[in-house]
Amino acid sequence: METILKVEHVSISYKIGDFKDIGLKEWTMRHLKGQYHVETFMAVNDVSFELYKGDMLGIIGTNGAGKSTLLKAVIGVMEPRAGRIIRNGSIAALLELASGFDGDLTVKENAYLRGAMLGYTEEFMDAAYEKILDFSGLRQFENRPFKQLSTGMQSRLAFSIASMVQPEILILDEVLSVGDGAFQEKSAAKMREIIENGAATVLVSHSLDQIRELCNRVLWLNHGKQMAFGETETICNQYEEFLNGKIF
Amino acid sequence: MLLKWKQYKFLFKELVKRDFTKKYKRTILGMAWSIVAPLINLLVMWMVFNNFFGANMDHYVIYLFAGQLIFSYFCDATTLGMNALVNNAGIFTKINVPKYLFLFSQNVSSLINFVLTLLIFFAFVVLDNIPFTWKFIFLVYPVVCLIIFNLGLGLILSALFVFFRDMQYLWGIMTQLIMWMSAIFYTIDSFSYTVRCAFLLNPLYVYIRYFRKIVLDGEIPTLQFHLLAAAFALAVFGLGAYMYKKYNHEFLYYV
Repeated sequence: METILKVEHVSISYKIGDFKDIGLKEWTMRHLKGQYHVETFMAVNDVSFELYKGDMLGIIGTNGAGKSTLLKAVIGVMEPRAGRIIRNGSIAALLELASGFDGDLTVKENAYLRGAMLGYTEEFMDAAYEKILDFSGLRQFENRPFKQLSTGMQSRLAFSIASMVQPEILILDEVLSVGDGAFQEKSAAKMREIIENGAATVLVSHSLDQIRELCNRVLWLNHGKQMAFGETETICNQYEEFLNGKIF
Repeated sequence: MLLKWKQYKFLFKELVKRDFTKKYKRTILGMAWSIVAPLINLLVMWMVFNNFFGANMDHYVIYLFAGQLIFSYFCDATTLGMNALVNNAGIFTKINVPKYLFLFSQNVSSLINFVLTLLIFFAFVVLDNIPFTWKFIFLVYPVVCLIIFNLGLGLILSALFVFFRDMQYLWGIMTQLIMWMSAIFYTIDSFSYTVRCAFLLNPLYVYIRYFRKIVLDGEIPTLQFHLLAAAFALAVFGLGAYMYKKYNHEFLYYV
């Protein structure tokens, strides 16, 4: 089996503390007084897993478990403090959908900008643009400023742009739960198409039903630590028990 | 490097387009305004210094314009460039793209402004009966130096601005200071030799002086002068590139 994504003992830390927004004057003063403190916070602690061709990984865990942070490291936005990540193939990521768009630009301008950010070539984008309009159903809004679209439309556009490629690795953060009923079905179908075409997919979701339906592997994180990695059914059941035990 | 350029060419183009559209907000007048503003500024300066302070030298308008032209490009590029990282935080915290692209694209719109103003400057030169010689080709040199210098300073400032949000105010004061030290509307002939040498420590003055030497004096500066101009640009750019490389993954924590 061909390995698509390999995460080996990865730990990721955040810097926290009162160092933010203090300004140069305050910074100098604190350094002089020896009161400058930066603390690190381990958001992800020693996580390992491996994905093969055709795998779809679901990442589960309570809020603050480090799911999104792990995704950021996988796409290369954050640098792991320890461990390493091996990617065999191109990556397309849908993180926090509507962000990164510019409200003042039109739908068309935003589509091109986002396409460029996802690493599409200009020729590819020219060809894909019509398909994006059709898929998102936003043709009549083509020249509207992006901020005038509804939130659902914004995420529809984001999904449509990102789903145009056939990335080897697709990263999704709570993406499937947006849009109206019809679009959810359409995007789920599109997702399946991408997965079937041999890409590995990573999905973060709070919906266990969705995970059970789509994923064949599950990674469970809790407070940054890896609780389990393996077959969907077993881990989803464990996680459910854990949640119930916690609540009652 | 070439491969990278190919990979990010489309993104760069789209970023430039975005910055340009946002800057001028789709108005024709918006763009005209950015050319008219320095001209009005020039007019005010000329009236004040020519009429009230009696700066009686030949081609004073050109002398003033050369300084004003370079200073306004410098000011525009660095002040706008400073926001390059912070304004695009929403993008680089989600997608892995080279962060310097944001600054470079921001600089392109400043550069376009500069080139347009430069054309008006040449029109003034012709109107003022200054001979247009082959030596004008040498003006490419300080312009290239200035572009690199502005890019480098933009890199440094945008990186610092992520860490220190009060940089904005400090830089506002700094540009004022640099303006007064760049001999834009006065000549330094009356100062002592030491003071005149001290002016050469100001990169902006070096570039302005290069322009004036070619345009007003019709002479090509010495080799040392060329080296000095390039050294400033490369040193600042090197420092900026180093900061971006070093803090590439740190910016994320502060935005």
